Amino acid sequence: MKHTPLYNEHLKLKARMVEFGGWEMPVIYAGVIAEHLAVREAAGIFDVSHMGEFEFKGPDALSFIQYLTTNDISKIADGQAVYSLLCSEQGTIVDDIIVCRFNPEHILIVVNASNIDKDWDWVTSHKKGNVAITNRSDDFGLIALQGPKAAQILQKCAGAADIPAVKPFYLAKSAVCGIEGCILARTGYTGEDGFEIFCPSKDTPKIWQALIENGAPLGLKPAGLGARDTLRLEMKYSLYGHEINDKTNPLEASLGWVVKLNKETDFIGKSAIEKVKAEGIKRKCVGFQMIDPGIPREGYGIFPTHQRTNEPSGQIGFVCSGTMSPSLQKAIGTGYVPTEDSKTGSKIYIDIRGNKRLAEVVETPFLKK
Amino acid sequence: MEFPDDIKYTKEHEWVRVEGKTAIVGITDYAQDQLGDIVYVELPDVGEILSKGDAFGVVESVKSVSDVNSPVSGKVTETNDPLKENPETVNEDPYNEGWIVKLEMSDKADIDDLMSAKEYEAYVTEEKA
Repeated sequence: MKHTPLYNEHLKLKARMVEFGGWEMPVIYAGVIAEHLAVREAAGIFDVSHMGEFEFKGPDALSFIQYLTTNDISKIADGQAVYSLLCSEQGTIVDDIIVCRFNPEHILIVVNASNIDKDWDWVTSHKKGNVAITNRSDDFGLIALQGPKAAQILQKCAGAADIPAVKPFYLAKSAVCGIEGCILARTGYTGEDGFEIFCPSKDTPKIWQALIENGAPLGLKPAGLGARDTLRLEMKYSLYGHEINDKTNPLEASLGWVVKLNKETDFIGKSAIEKVKAEGIKRKCVGFQMIDPGIPREGYGIFPTHQRTNEPSGQIGFVCSGTMSPSLQKAIGTGYVPTEDSKTGSKIYIDIRGNKRLAEVVETPFLKK
Repeated sequence: MEFPDDIKYTKEHEWVRVEGKTAIVGITDYAQDQLGDIVYVELPDVGEILSKGDAFGVVESVKSVSDVNSPVSGKVTETNDPLKENPETVNEDPYNEGWIVKLEMSDKADIDDLMSAKEYEAYVTEEKA
């Protein structure tokens, strides 16, 4: 299994380690609920160094990224970041990514850890124009500092930087704890304000320790993959391999907002997604809340509340993710259902270990801020 | 980690305390620690007849789902209903307030092949290694 630059820090903190996408990562330090609530109420610090970074440099960097991804990178400013997708020719999702545009000739994308090899093959085999692509994944440690107190904590460690001036989804280059060459991105995947800090790999432990030291008095806790999952799920953010994969299209995944069909340039998957749009989606990834007792879990079947003749087996969908929401104290989940069952208020049954339990499609994000 | 010596243990990390004909069953300190924050406990119906080894309930943490198996055969006489509202009691006090069911045992010899505290502690130490 692969280790991030922070592996020894996790062992020192007595984290419980698990395999995740080929990496040995911390899933729990003190407890998922305490870590989750720390992020919502104060701050949490996550090791996301396992994620991959690909750098694109050259005169055609922007036009190549425009061709590779669904969002419109020509519409964001230099120094800005945006959520986007890599799609296949069939319009299915290869990966969900963050695109960081330093300038039109220098762009970085952040990809999911479990997809690094697949994505690298994908981008290099579709290369167009004068652009040099470098896999920088091993050069960076990546720390996510998330929560209402994240900016205050980061400011303590990055004295020279004007942290409040870095607006959401913007980037800044700064020294952190005296380490030059860090990139601060006001991004994250928890639904809270926060930063993702790209650090030189070898200096990552020093920055991690300093952030914890400065943040702990303000309530900061190290947080593992368990809390990361409950935090993103309360916001109904997609997780690759769960809500989205290479068989789902962005429209049924409710990610149409990152697919800019009207952007000036063509992109991979555009014609297939246009066809899906013209024909209308047949199923949709919805958020639901349990009415009956029980917790939905990935893979559980979804059934209609009224007998229907067009699904002889009875099953109309499946659960992608589910948990007991620590902030809402309600059992929540995501799942694919036929479009006719996807409206807010629709009742569905979740098959929880052989018992049909009633649930209701609800507005998302589950957590209203 | 606690291993009280007035109870017997299973390889699936349940414990049983015998008081007369009654067997009180829960999950061990090690089991609750491995699961993490417990957020849901599903209880059987009173009157249900269980055979030794039957899965009679479920304990769920934020991340995982775990069956609870009956260490002995018998009839369910009482369930710890407050756990429906306060499942975290299983984390906080697994051997007392966090009990899950009481059974009227059909065969007292059922506990003979279960582990003692010492045996279970050794078993857990091995599982962790």
